[in-house]
Amino acid sequence: MAIKIEKKTKMKIGIPTASMPDIIFQLLIFFMVSTVLREYQGLKVSLPEASRIEKLPTKRHVTTIWVDRFNNAVIDDVSIKKITDLRGMVYNKLVDDPQLIVSLRVDERADMGIVTDIQQELRKAQALRINYSALPTHGG
Amino acid sequence: MAIKRNRERGEPEIPSASLPDIVFQLLIFFLVTTTIDVDKGLDLVLPPPGDVQIELAKKNITNILINDAGQILIDEEIIPVEEVDNIVRDKLLENDKLVVSVKTARKTKYEIYIKVIDQLKRAGATRISIAEPEEA
Repeated sequence: MAIKIEKKTKMKIGIPTASMPDIIFQLLIFFMVSTVLREYQGLKVSLPEASRIEKLPTKRHVTTIWVDRFNNAVIDDVSIKKITDLRGMVYNKLVDDPQLIVSLRVDERADMGIVTDIQQELRKAQALRINYSALPTHGG
Repeated sequence: MAIKRNRERGEPEIPSASLPDIVFQLLIFFLVTTTIDVDKGLDLVLPPPGDVQIELAKKNITNILINDAGQILIDEEIIPVEEVDNIVRDKLLENDKLVVSVKTARKTKYEIYIKVIDQLKRAGATRISIAEPEEA
């Protein structure tokens, strides 16, 4: 009892590749636009944990200040020797980019003294939008 | 002395066969250099500078003091960190104009400060003021 299965007409099946370059170009443009090449080395910090953390809205308008556990401060890989120098440095950055957000990557073992000094300098430089970098809490 | 032109006049063309390769290379470069993970943290807007103190009614301020031993005092009472959000939430329910002022000592650890700020964010406090530490 043989049932004859009728095969449909054979035709060449192929995914059209004509639009592949367009797709690749789109991907390329996406990555070109979203890449920020400016990366800094920073200092080695172990960030504190927090639960109510928000994403930084952008990476472009961010300048980062690192403070490590020995209370050394670095802004965008320039070491801050005198804390009063910070004011001018941040002010210049703010003139270049009025939407500036200062991200503070401070080690959890650092003292509040230097953090407060930095904050006072930022206030004097009118850089009022800050973000304390933190890691999400484990299991919270 | 005639220079013999033996080249045929034709339309000169730039070979475009390698264009996809170039584009792929660029694509891979940008793929590798892009870091998608964004920084996360606690947002805060600092109070504007100046010695001009905005006078606030005393009842609209809650002072949180963190001493260098990491103890937290709210209105002169020692509070464990985990309790801060409940207390501040209650206070906010009583008075929605409340400004929370956080004051630290110079030797206070940053970790405990972030914990307090986090607790304040949990409690929904939006007006957070940073007071200057007392000089020790």
